[in-house]
Amino acid sequence: MATTAPGNLLMTTIEKAANWARTRSMFPATFGLACCAIEMMATGAAHYDLARFGMEVFRASPRQADLMIVAGRVSQKMAPVLRQVYDQMPEPKWVISMGACASTGGMFNNYALVQGVDQVVPVDIYVPGCPPGPQSLMHGILTLHDKIMAGEIRR
Amino acid sequence: MSPVLEELAAAFESAVWEGSHGQDVARVPADDWQEFARAAKEAGFEVCSDVTAVDRMRSRPHRYEVVASLVSMSHRLRLRMITTVDREEPVVASLTPIWPGAGFGEREVYDMFGIGFEGHPDLTRILMPDEWEGHPLRKDYGVGSVPVQFKASHQVD
Amino acid sequence: MVDEKTVTSEDELTNPAETLDIWVAGTEELEFHPTDEGTQEFGPEESDARLDDQFGRVVSDDYIFDDETSDEERTVLNMGPQHPSTHGVLRLQLELDGEIIRRTKPIIGYLHTGMEKTAEQLTFSQGPTNVTRMDYLAPLHCELAYSLAVERLLDVEVPPRAQAIRVLMTELNRISSHLVALATNGMDVGALSMMIYGFRERESILAFFEKTTGLRMNHNYIRPGGVVVDLPPGWKDDVAAILEDLPNRLRQYDDLLKENPIWTARTRGVGVISPEEAIAYSITGPVLRATGVDWDLRKAFPYSGIEQYEFEVPLGEHGDVYDRYRVRVEEIIESLKIVEQVMDTMPKGDYRIEDRKITPPPRARIDESMEALIHHFKLFTEGFKVPEGETYVAVESPRGELGCYLVSDGEARPYRMHTRAPSFYNLQALPIAMADSLVADTIATIASMDPVMGDVDR
Repeated sequence: MATTAPGNLLMTTIEKAANWARTRSMFPATFGLACCAIEMMATGAAHYDLARFGMEVFRASPRQADLMIVAGRVSQKMAPVLRQVYDQMPEPKWVISMGACASTGGMFNNYALVQGVDQVVPVDIYVPGCPPGPQSLMHGILTLHDKIMAGEIRR
Repeated sequence: MSPVLEELAAAFESAVWEGSHGQDVARVPADDWQEFARAAKEAGFEVCSDVTAVDRMRSRPHRYEVVASLVSMSHRLRLRMITTVDREEPVVASLTPIWPGAGFGEREVYDMFGIGFEGHPDLTRILMPDEWEGHPLRKDYGVGSVPVQFKASHQVD
Repeated sequence: MVDEKTVTSEDELTNPAETLDIWVAGTEELEFHPTDEGTQEFGPEESDARLDDQFGRVVSDDYIFDDETSDEERTVLNMGPQHPSTHGVLRLQLELDGEIIRRTKPIIGYLHTGMEKTAEQLTFSQGPTNVTRMDYLAPLHCELAYSLAVERLLDVEVPPRAQAIRVLMTELNRISSHLVALATNGMDVGALSMMIYGFRERESILAFFEKTTGLRMNHNYIRPGGVVVDLPPGWKDDVAAILEDLPNRLRQYDDLLKENPIWTARTRGVGVISPEEAIAYSITGPVLRATGVDWDLRKAFPYSGIEQYEFEVPLGEHGDVYDRYRVRVEEIIESLKIVEQVMDTMPKGDYRIEDRKITPPPRARIDESMEALIHHFKLFTEGFKVPEGETYVAVESPRGELGCYLVSDGEARPYRMHTRAPSFYNLQALPIAMADSLVADTIATIASMDPVMGDVDR
């Protein structure tokens, strides 16, 4: 939106408003694969509430989601499915790679896993941990919010 | 050995019985695999809890061992049946006509080792993608690890 | 850029992609079809004669609808692998006749991690880190099965305190796993607040696990030789708080679900499995006990000193989704009894074997003794060697019989490690449980089987 228009005061304010709106109710797509998915569900549950960020609705259909949290290990059989779900999401979309297995293949450096989900989709935030606790995941999500607000990610 | 197993041993001369850390193991030749299983089921082993295989490339002349674990709920016994399968043509009779629960286990053995099971209704790849080539758990199939810049990592291939 | 001719002729407008420089959906030729795995072959329709033979002449035959339609009128529908209600990456290929499911084929492998191959590269004391991620809702049970197998090959016996700690941790893990099962079961059927309740209760147990083992999940706590650290001081207060809190919460869940007409209408008589079918398909765990078969490995082949504690094994009657739910709730109550008994009778002593060749020395000793330093070094670089042999040990995990088949050839790494995964074999019964039922009942059935895909695919 703001890539070709000349920067002037009015455009900057609209851009900031648009970014603010995008961060305040991101809908995650359900892409929980393995152990990290349980921690993602715990983040959405009562104790570490994701609803205070407007994110408790995990959309089942990728057409209605804008954030894909890849939570878990991505096997060779699952990689094309991951790519297809990512392609089905409309712009603007962001990807958080949650956990060690999604970021780099984790402790399973073998034939069966894709060594890092960034070989399949472009990733914005990597959250380390095995599995990352809900506080780490929320820190990752809030960092993504900060990046969007600062305009570092332009969609 | 319990009387149930004594009876089973008497019926099959060709099986070699041994005790492995307190558990009974019967080594059955591949030709008697299905008959032994049928006799075991009639003797009271209602459940086949697991079918797996071991690639004995390092130590034993025949290449693969197929291992089936049986459980008898009525007698509270466990039995392990092991057979050896040839290196060149790994085929053994399937246990699914006797215990349909062995179906998924045999598919996994086919997928990971390449051992065929005669009489299995659907012998296709189950864990790897359909068009994958090679059988990953064989000893001559490498781990497939990606080299990392880490001093202590051992790259075993 | 428009073609030389004018754009008004008919054939140009019927084929705009070729003449105009615009992109028209659906006309491009994709060379690579990403998910064109397509449909797989269904197995053959089971004939009654084959079923009679397998089940020993008893076949449950109470199908609701018995008018058959021909193959051409049936639709094949794909469910998953990315689906909110399939409990992970399970793909189901359904053959539908209107709204009725005739045949089902579960297609798995979307989470295959090659753990059995990785286990051959790790030493025996690194093994639990790998095994614990298989059934990630009951990680302590996976570690326990593996450690018991290694200890059996080593022919060692762990001290009583280690056994009691193992029982305490695994029973708490059973409670937390059943809470997730109830939470997801409730959410899938429609009781969305069950999700919040289940995970809220789980947090108190996970807080105790974090205090003891260092991690909320995937603990790597139970290792060959005992447990890795002792229980923290003040653990009795934490466990007592859990024991006091949970029965009230369970009563709240019963208020919500037990006599609820919506819940009973959606779960009674749904996904029925008969005892003969369950035994023939190697089903174990709460699914088997809900059909009425009294088989629990903690009573049949006791391990880790669990025979000292008094508890009962809850059984169901009809084998439907409702009975599986009741069995799980009552198993939580029985596990609470076991935890209370362990807490009252926890023996004092070592929490791991005092064999310096297997368990590493305490860190303080390394400064004092050369031998301790050498043992620590050898154990953490090379690992301890296990004599040649093979064994199979099974424990009762929240999903059924979780077994570890371990083959060693005298080296410091396993020659072959195979896990008998309960969810892998329980999934074989899914076509039986879902035969001739409605699509909406599928969700309830899968949720009640409680598969964990890390266990299924390993």
